[in-house]
Amino acid sequence: MEGFAIIITTLIAMVFTTPQEKELIVLLPDDNGKVGALLVQGAGGQILLDEALEQAQVGNGGEVRSGKLDEARIDEIFAETLAAQPPKPVTFVLYFQHGTTQLESTSEPVLEKLFKEVASRSASDVQITGHTDTVGALEDNDRLSLQRAEEIRTFLIGRGLAVKRVRAVGRGERELLVPTEDKVSEPRNRRVEVLVR
Amino acid sequence: MKTLLLVALLLLACQAAAEIGTVKNVSGEVQVEREGRMLPVEPGFELSQDDAVITGKDGRVGIIFIDNSRFSAGPNSRLELARFRFNPTTHEGDFVTRVRRGTVAVVSGQIAKHTEDAMKIETPQSNLGVRGTKFLIQVQE
Repeated sequence: MEGFAIIITTLIAMVFTTPQEKELIVLLPDDNGKVGALLVQGAGGQILLDEALEQAQVGNGGEVRSGKLDEARIDEIFAETLAAQPPKPVTFVLYFQHGTTQLESTSEPVLEKLFKEVASRSASDVQITGHTDTVGALEDNDRLSLQRAEEIRTFLIGRGLAVKRVRAVGRGERELLVPTEDKVSEPRNRRVEVLVR
Repeated sequence: MKTLLLVALLLLACQAAAEIGTVKNVSGEVQVEREGRMLPVEPGFELSQDDAVITGKDGRVGIIFIDNSRFSAGPNSRLELARFRFNPTTHEGDFVTRVRRGTVAVVSGQIAKHTEDAMKIETPQSNLGVRGTKFLIQVQE
């Protein structure tokens, strides 16, 4: 009887100590098809994942093995989670007339596209950064770049975006898109960049 | 000296409360555990360092962090935002999350892009060093 109990205890112990796959990590191509890399480290080894759909499975003792699940199985496990991924943040660039907060006419349609993007997202937030070219004094350009950013902010709020969800800053001539000497009129530097996420 | 220490502590406290990301979409039961309290979550909910995002049996949630990294979690998940530092000008920072259970999909952002291994994900049995960009994690209890 005692022997039987020992066998049972041993069996139970074996079940609990048998390595079990507790964790699964899968590397995917990103939205542009590019594949990054991921180093998976456990107490019992490590694997560098750097190919599309490459997998690591980690047991409850920290042992790391490469996984061999097929795509259908991975999809089954993660479909709901992937469906909840928020859309990728998008940047718009709007250009301004020399020394003013007047949009270039070519940027008018971009402004509409920007608004559509903001409206299509759930709980969107918007970061607006104004810039100038190098004509004029540094401080004046700081002010002008902020005014340009605020022009766009006012437009979006006027269209119904919540005030707390949109921030505007000015970077003056501190972050030129096209590097130039001082006092150079450069249309591509007279811009506002708008990040929507 | 005491005043300096107090100021430093206050600064730290302010930093910890700063917004690090926003919940973009929610379905089913989703809550955030903050300082021992459970808060209901709706789209637009602002997340801070040390928050834990928890989904129920039908819960799903999508988050965008201020470095543009994106996380989503499926049902029965627990995601802890252990550490988040980010300089929006230089893109330097570090970002540590813990996936305690459930399923999570991640697209890394500017922190991981700027510095290799500045973004880390910890699970009960492993540490992931993120060199980019899109990946999936399942942790079974």
